[in-house]
Amino acid sequence: MVSCRRFFVAVISLSCLLASFTPSAQALPAFARKYGLRCSACHEAWPMLNYFGQKFKDNGYQLMNDRDSPIWQNPSYWPMTLRITPYFHRESTDKLPDVVDAPGTTNPSFVRGLTYSGFDHSGLDILTGGTLEKNISFLLVPSADETGAFHMESANVRFDNRFHSSWFNFKLGKFELDNLVSEKRILTLSANGGAYQLYHFIPAGDANIFGQIGDNQLGIEWMGHSVNDRTRISAAIMSTTDGSPDVPYGKNAYSGFFAASQAFDVGKLGTDRIGAYAMVGQAPTVFLTSGGVPIPSTGTGNKSFSREGFVGQFYFNKLNFQVVTQHGTDSAWFGAGFGNPIDNPGFPNNGPGVTLPAGTRNPSWNGAFIETHWVENPQLVFIQRSEWVHMSQQSIPGTPSNLGNTDNYVFGFRYMPLMNNRAGLAWHNEYAWIRQRGTAPDGSDTTSSSVMSGLDFDF
Amino acid sequence: MRTEALHRNAVILAALVAASVTACAQVTEDQQKQWLGTPAASSHIGHLSGNAKAAAGDYRRYCVVCHGELGDGNGESAQWLDPKPRDFTLAVFKCRSTPTGTLPTDQDLYETIARGLDRSNMPPWNTFTTQQRADLVAWIKHYSPRWQTEKPGTPIEIPPEPEVTPGRVKAGRDVFARVQCWKCHGAEGRGNGPSASTLQDDLGRPILPYNFAEGGRFKCGSTDADLYRIFMTGLDGTPMPSFADNIKPEEAWDLVMYLRSLQPFPSKEKAIAKSLGLTPVSTTSTGP
Repeated sequence: MVSCRRFFVAVISLSCLLASFTPSAQALPAFARKYGLRCSACHEAWPMLNYFGQKFKDNGYQLMNDRDSPIWQNPSYWPMTLRITPYFHRESTDKLPDVVDAPGTTNPSFVRGLTYSGFDHSGLDILTGGTLEKNISFLLVPSADETGAFHMESANVRFDNRFHSSWFNFKLGKFELDNLVSEKRILTLSANGGAYQLYHFIPAGDANIFGQIGDNQLGIEWMGHSVNDRTRISAAIMSTTDGSPDVPYGKNAYSGFFAASQAFDVGKLGTDRIGAYAMVGQAPTVFLTSGGVPIPSTGTGNKSFSREGFVGQFYFNKLNFQVVTQHGTDSAWFGAGFGNPIDNPGFPNNGPGVTLPAGTRNPSWNGAFIETHWVENPQLVFIQRSEWVHMSQQSIPGTPSNLGNTDNYVFGFRYMPLMNNRAGLAWHNEYAWIRQRGTAPDGSDTTSSSVMSGLDFDF
Repeated sequence: MRTEALHRNAVILAALVAASVTACAQVTEDQQKQWLGTPAASSHIGHLSGNAKAAAGDYRRYCVVCHGELGDGNGESAQWLDPKPRDFTLAVFKCRSTPTGTLPTDQDLYETIARGLDRSNMPPWNTFTTQQRADLVAWIKHYSPRWQTEKPGTPIEIPPEPEVTPGRVKAGRDVFARVQCWKCHGAEGRGNGPSASTLQDDLGRPILPYNFAEGGRFKCGSTDADLYRIFMTGLDGTPMPSFADNIKPEEAWDLVMYLRSLQPFPSKEKAIAKSLGLTPVSTTSTGP
């Protein structure tokens, strides 16, 4: 039973990954239009922020001069940007379960690969952001997946420089966690390379969806920074909902996210930064039921989880490295499949008399990625990322120690023929390869790959 | 006397600008490239030495959109900006520690980059490393022939700031009236003097005087010493002249104290002005 569930989770995870190519990246020509700056002023390579862009964001989308207030804007100015990516892609997975050949053909198979290719388009991001008044700003991002189904990716209001200090900035709503290496500004877009595995890792069989630091969360954040942004520190408290509205899970479940970093001048090379982060939280395992179906917002029996690691951004002229590490731990209850019967009613509910299977332990893992960029110039960037997430302790004794281990390699380049203060266009090319250990139906490894070439644009 | 000084300054500035414009009209892109390799296209700020060529990438990434490929202030955004971006080919700069009409020091340009310029689109670029800023200073200098033939002026001396006293604040008001600051800045410092609506910069573009009552940061800094420096060196390229010939150093500090009292923030100067019952200067005052 546990094995089936683990397999089911693995397949669902992979499917979600394949279907999740909706970049939701935040790069706003609306800001460039407002201030008359090129995108290269804030983006090392669009949409990845450089140091100046990070400072602009940390100041609540303000350059910190008197032109920040909306009163300075031309009345026709509208702080809105649209982003979408038409592209060609080829997706390949070597093992899928229960694949049967078309009727009338021979050689039925229950485990086989699948490859397809075609022209496609990404989801649509509608990015609006700016200042409501000096030191009061907002970000609103209605985002559609490729079918046109909308959700609210971001919706928050910021109060910055309270008490005339850059150390007192507050944000309320749905927002990206203070990840120095931002997945919302990732330079890779393909189905198998468009997300950081580390930011979404869930062990095989584990039901804790709430520790995904790459997902925008609902909560409140305090953030402080030095005037030149060399020192940054933040703390956020969020509802443990993985960003879902209506508090659908626990009655009283919260998580916290903490980040701090320090930048250093390294002469002609620029500015390097190192930092650390931690997410600690609790999520419910016990739900009231009606007719056997778990009732939303009734979750109790909170169990804990944590993610913590280090971050580094290192610049060597045109070459730069982004490094993120993570150690993650879930409660044994999550490892045994408890935690989210709302989205998956088949998952167990920790009701009266339920006990953990004997010997169940807290699953834990370690991971890291190194993303390398060669920024030939602001219009041409080469990208490579290597990512590894390996289990250090499986929840269920006897489980293969490497089950769920994930290795991901991505290569690509983006060429931006347009570089002005009105719009962005990138010719994006990418190859991504991913392997998940032991997640195939026959217990072997699953490997998938993506090839894509498209035009990523916003205006 | 003040009028004569103003005229003299205006004539000097106009001559400088005309000479610069004439010189720059003859400057080619090839010449600019050639100047990149000269000692004048380097900078020295304390122990830092800036190399112009090292700043090429940063200039292209951050600056070119306003200041333009040729440094002439005609970047693609320039048409939308007011005030217009600095034209580096003229080598005329507002924020200097040097007397009016002279080139600024490397330190002046270095500080301006990090500080930005309020009431313009120039943000504070304080995310650059010190070396990046020094390199950019050197880069800026390669655009104008003035840096090939002239040395920066000698920074003016600023005496130690005296203690704020009622007598000094009141004396500052007298200086404000005597040198007719009110003509542009208004009797209450609100930037609404009788000449305010007629002001133009050296290139003939309309320009507004500073509004003390609004309380924004001064164009070239925010400290008392910065304020002292602004009116003793003038803001070259604008109608704000240097008053170095009209105001003695001790009077300059008096004026600083009075100007502080016009700002909206709580301050010792403001409290003193209130206790003295200082009223706005008479706008019938005659100049020095």
